[in-house]
Amino acid sequence: MIKQQGNILFCGVGGQGILLASEITAFVLIASGFDVKKSEVHGMAQRGGSVVAHLRYGEKVFSPLIDIASADIEVAFELLESVRYLPYLNTKSKVIVNTQKILPPSVSTGVEQYPDNLLDILKEKDLSVFPINAFDMAKEAGDMRAVNMVLVGALSKFIPVNEDVFFNIIEEKIPKKILEINRKAFIFGQKAVLT
Amino acid sequence: MENKVLLLSGNEAIALGAYEANIKVASGYPGTPSTEILETLLSYDGIYTEWAPNEKVAVEVAIGASFAGVRSLATMKHVGLNVAADPLFTSVYTGVRGGFVIICADDPEMHSSQNEQDNRNYAFAAKLPMLEPSDPFEAKEFVKKAFNISEEFDTPVIVRTTTRLSHVKGIVSPGNIEKSKVSPSIEKIPEKFVMLPSYARKRRVELDKRLIRLREFVETFQENKIELGDKRIGFITSGVSYLYVKEAFPNASVLKLGIVYPFPEKMIKEFASQIEELFIVEELDPFIELHVKAMGIKCKGKELIPSRNELSSYIVKNAILKEDIKKAVFEPVQIPLRPPNLCPGCPHRGIFYALSKLKVFVAGDIGCYTLAAFKPLNAVDSCVCMGASIGTAFGMEKALGKDALSKIVAVIGDSTFVHSGITPLIDVVYNKGFTTVIILDNSTTAMTGHQQNPATGFTIKDEPTVSIDLEALCRAIGVKHVYTVNPNDILGTQKLVKQEIERDEPSVIITKAPCVLLPEVRKIKNKPIYKINKCKGCMTCVKLGCPAIEWIPINDEKSKQKGNSQINRVLCAGCGQCAMLCKFDAIMMEEK
Repeated sequence: MIKQQGNILFCGVGGQGILLASEITAFVLIASGFDVKKSEVHGMAQRGGSVVAHLRYGEKVFSPLIDIASADIEVAFELLESVRYLPYLNTKSKVIVNTQKILPPSVSTGVEQYPDNLLDILKEKDLSVFPINAFDMAKEAGDMRAVNMVLVGALSKFIPVNEDVFFNIIEEKIPKKILEINRKAFIFGQKAVLT
Repeated sequence: MENKVLLLSGNEAIALGAYEANIKVASGYPGTPSTEILETLLSYDGIYTEWAPNEKVAVEVAIGASFAGVRSLATMKHVGLNVAADPLFTSVYTGVRGGFVIICADDPEMHSSQNEQDNRNYAFAAKLPMLEPSDPFEAKEFVKKAFNISEEFDTPVIVRTTTRLSHVKGIVSPGNIEKSKVSPSIEKIPEKFVMLPSYARKRRVELDKRLIRLREFVETFQENKIELGDKRIGFITSGVSYLYVKEAFPNASVLKLGIVYPFPEKMIKEFASQIEELFIVEELDPFIELHVKAMGIKCKGKELIPSRNELSSYIVKNAILKEDIKKAVFEPVQIPLRPPNLCPGCPHRGIFYALSKLKVFVAGDIGCYTLAAFKPLNAVDSCVCMGASIGTAFGMEKALGKDALSKIVAVIGDSTFVHSGITPLIDVVYNKGFTTVIILDNSTTAMTGHQQNPATGFTIKDEPTVSIDLEALCRAIGVKHVYTVNPNDILGTQKLVKQEIERDEPSVIITKAPCVLLPEVRKIKNKPIYKINKCKGCMTCVKLGCPAIEWIPINDEKSKQKGNSQINRVLCAGCGQCAMLCKFDAIMMEEK
């Protein structure tokens, strides 16, 4: 059952298009009649650091922040980041995770290793996990930067909104030149969570 | 236009509010979380908008505009108000002609700041009204109201926002554009505008009368409101804390303060008298709490509510109920951290590599380059506030005398140097120092999202303008040894720094190379990509800490070599710093 209110946590690495993905989703929810609040991170944290955006919707939303153990959906743009925000999740949470790896400084400088059991950590916890190779799908759609739209496509299957609204908002917000690539990426994402 | 629904950040809503309040002049200095206010104002017609060299100048420009009879706005982050405190305190004496509002954006939890001071204290200290909206919808409305209060009471007004309002997006509807009651003109009113002691003493009396009128006004101000619910538990709160209270205790009684200074004492008494158990919920300092307690009202505040960092509905609920109502279901897992880092190709990286090799004390400053304090560069040794690098380096020198020679450098960005680095450089020259100052000139104010500044040659609207000649400026101050170098030439820069730190006279080295995130740099096609052939595993390039260089360990005990460096083609920006450092010439440009 899809709830009429919800908390969506977007996380990943600065520069992956997280803000745009959460923005598109917010517009879709508003166009579907929900109140929305979205909390973002700007400034220093954006320089390649871990980035998170909280998106809450419902009839009336007060707090802009998702509480611990209260995210209904986590949209993780990067594998390591999907695990970082575990305390926000609960056993009913769905996790859409891009399996792309972006090495943090301690790994790229040889101090630590990139953990190889991240998906297992998620799966062991009784979460509904939807791993997606969004990077390859974005490349197939025509631009590796469309990772965010692949993930929005996947997310669209879990929120109570008519998919036409998504297509309308994408058309409204994405420049014409790259619209087709983004549409394709969105559809790839939709299909990825159905199988 | 009336029924239109917009999704705006708090900052965008503040800009819309200022536009609807019919402001004519807006000035500010970039600073997270305030920066987007002025940038958004650019999209509205009829407003002169500028980046000032610093917040003090921004406030002075806004005061001038107000004196000339138009509505004016100054924007800054919380620490910026420290810089602007001087004009602020006296502008409260002069009062205004056109409405004058300062937006100050506090940063509880220090998401992008060096401290988390609570600027509500400025309202008390400077004796002026402060409004505190809780969400973007209120932000727009409160800014409009602030201008009306400013003109009605002849006072500057501060609207305080925090990160969790400035960078939260919510639903806002556009409204009508208001009119100021004042019209633009030059008026000579010395007893109001000239704060000589004799006039200032008279204005001081007026200020007290104004505060009495304001205290009456806040009792009936619509945005101070009582929401009566369950009377067994009640809250006095303001700003974003109100949202956390409503989320955590939807049925409780609440007194929401839209104006956090001065306090509506009658209203507070009336509310408190109906409530069995009264709590004050506010981020950072016990600002409301101290006042309520001073009124002799029993309440609980900071003994329960943390005075550090941001709050949340979860924190508020736990604090009040004194039990862990909702424990995390999943505990955090130990995984590698991902702190922010200098970008691949960042021209600053090489300088800090060179400084780490020279083993000097690096007096740092505020900007992206402060990130060079982290591993593996570990090359920033102090950072206090905007412009502090030069003064602190000089102070260390004076403390240590000749022993400091060749051991200390000051490092400061171009925008930060213009903001407040020039006066300490004058101190160095005037008082016979030998400080070596490195100005990292990347032609932008990068950390806050690439704003123009007086050294870039463009205005906030990207119109060409005079660009400060930093080299000539330093010479005019009296620095005899001034150099401009390309920092991507790491070894050359290192040699020059070594030569200058050993010199018994002040010198300035300007390292000039544009930020790699600037659109004009990103647009460059056919940038070289580097690759590594026959890596010997010496890890020299790894020590640059470039995100594009990845160390791949060899997990074979028999292998002498512990691993290989490789270059991530997607991330490489083609700066060539690693190639220059490689002793084995193993890093080369990829052939196209």
